[in-house]
Amino acid sequence: MIEEKLLKNEEKAIFNLRSLYRKYGYSPFKMSKFEEYDLYIRNKDFLVSDRIITFNDTNGKLMALKPDVTLSIIKNSDDTPNEKKKVFYNENVYRVSKNTHRFKEIMQAGLECIGDLDLYDVFEVIRLAAETLEQISENFVLNVSHFGLLQKILGDICPDAGFSEKAIRYIEEKNIHDLSKLCADYGIEEQKAQTLATIISASGERKKVLSNLENNCSESDLSELRSVSKMLDALPFSDKILFDFSVVNNMNYYSGFVFRGFVDGICDGVLAGGQYDRMMKKMGRKSGAIGFALYLDLLEQLRTENAEYDVDVLLVYDSETDCKTVAEKVEQLIESGKTVSAQKCIPEKLRYKEAIDLRRNPDA
Amino acid sequence: MLNVALPKGRLGEKVYSMFEAAGFECPSIKENNRKLIFENEEKQVRYFWVKPSDVPIYVERGAADIGVAGKDILLECEPNIYELVDLGVGKCNMVVAGPKDFTDDGTRTLRVATKFTNIASNYYDSIGRDIDIIKLNGSIEIAPILGLSDVIVDIVETGTTLRENNLEVKTKFLAISARLIANKSAYNFKREQIERIVSSISSKM
Repeated sequence: MIEEKLLKNEEKAIFNLRSLYRKYGYSPFKMSKFEEYDLYIRNKDFLVSDRIITFNDTNGKLMALKPDVTLSIIKNSDDTPNEKKKVFYNENVYRVSKNTHRFKEIMQAGLECIGDLDLYDVFEVIRLAAETLEQISENFVLNVSHFGLLQKILGDICPDAGFSEKAIRYIEEKNIHDLSKLCADYGIEEQKAQTLATIISASGERKKVLSNLENNCSESDLSELRSVSKMLDALPFSDKILFDFSVVNNMNYYSGFVFRGFVDGICDGVLAGGQYDRMMKKMGRKSGAIGFALYLDLLEQLRTENAEYDVDVLLVYDSETDCKTVAEKVEQLIESGKTVSAQKCIPEKLRYKEAIDLRRNPDA
Repeated sequence: MLNVALPKGRLGEKVYSMFEAAGFECPSIKENNRKLIFENEEKQVRYFWVKPSDVPIYVERGAADIGVAGKDILLECEPNIYELVDLGVGKCNMVVAGPKDFTDDGTRTLRVATKFTNIASNYYDSIGRDIDIIKLNGSIEIAPILGLSDVIVDIVETGTTLRENNLEVKTKFLAISARLIANKSAYNFKREQIERIVSSISSKM
């Protein structure tokens, strides 16, 4: 039996998530730490960073330490009509840290649903993303956006691809002032620019955002958002799932729903995901896909109470103490529910509640 | 309690007066002492002064929920934050400047001295010009005079320093002003208070 207090935040999360994902029929996906480098070169824009640890395998093949899990899962999935593959994983990936500019091992947990997807699957994955966050903290927010709708809105305002690319960068920053300047630079009518600003700045409660969008978007454009939102209404943590257009992923790969999760006390998004149908197409697959990853390394930022002591009892003995006596005393203390450190001297930095001295000759 | 990182110096004082006018005052900030953190329990705000270039770091890492930083600093370090308001103060321009008699004829690699290596590289990339970047930390104007570089990329407010050193603006390529920024996670959990500050400040501008 594992004592929960001994587990770190990320370890607790892994245990709880494993059982959550299994309930919904997701099976564990275990993969090798290595992958052929070629896979990443062909899809390098999909990766957070294009810097990858590579090495030559014994057969001369150029291999990489996995910087990403999703690509490997897609690679191992078949296109089976009407079927869905549902998997979850808990793997280490190797990426360059933005702060230290050095490679870092990052533990990621997540799930992918690949195949003939419909709105139920989208709802299920968004729901599981929210439940994942809830396992970490009650105080969470899952921001959801629809990338396809955003791209349609931008395309309707200005068909120039350059405009969309720049506008999306500002939308990601909630930067309405520079977005307005961009519209002016592209000669977009003031009224249209104003409408865009209104759509983009609407974020928060889903119903409020939807009613704001109703005035500026057609009903067919909003149908997916509306249907999923209605299904989410029934969940107990429904008020923590918000609509927010500032959730943006790589436009070459993501197409429909995208989302990012935050937990109070962690300065960055801990969960990111979305529908990556374009990525599937690029890898020659006909089916769709949706998934998310939880960045377990960020959970370290959550405050946990520091233990006052390293150990309950320090048991000191010397070379003349009978080993059997030491072993018996240790067992006795552990049985009484205490933690024990048996030492031949008193370690300088060890914090202990009480000391028991079994030395025959303490002054020696 | 909302933590607000303000840039030390003239710009920070100007920006604090905008917060004050919007109803988020903290009178102890005006006391003449060496304290760096000031709190107004009633208004639920805590201000602290930090080096201007450090503001985005405090905000991105969540030590500050919101802060004020120049667009130059934001473009240089590209933090992952929300940029909520253009405060319209601390206005200046990012320019290419050089000696009056220098013309870039494009025949050789242009040597550019600057504090803003990211901004300079992005600008020259956008016009397809090959450059050699020389990163300096201060007194940039001296570089072309001593032949260390051909031109400099720097922020210019009035142009007095340039003129006094016999330099002139060759190209203005970016308008700079102070921006109100927010931590992405904090925005979600302190949304109401941040939005109240944003709308109060915007309405007074």
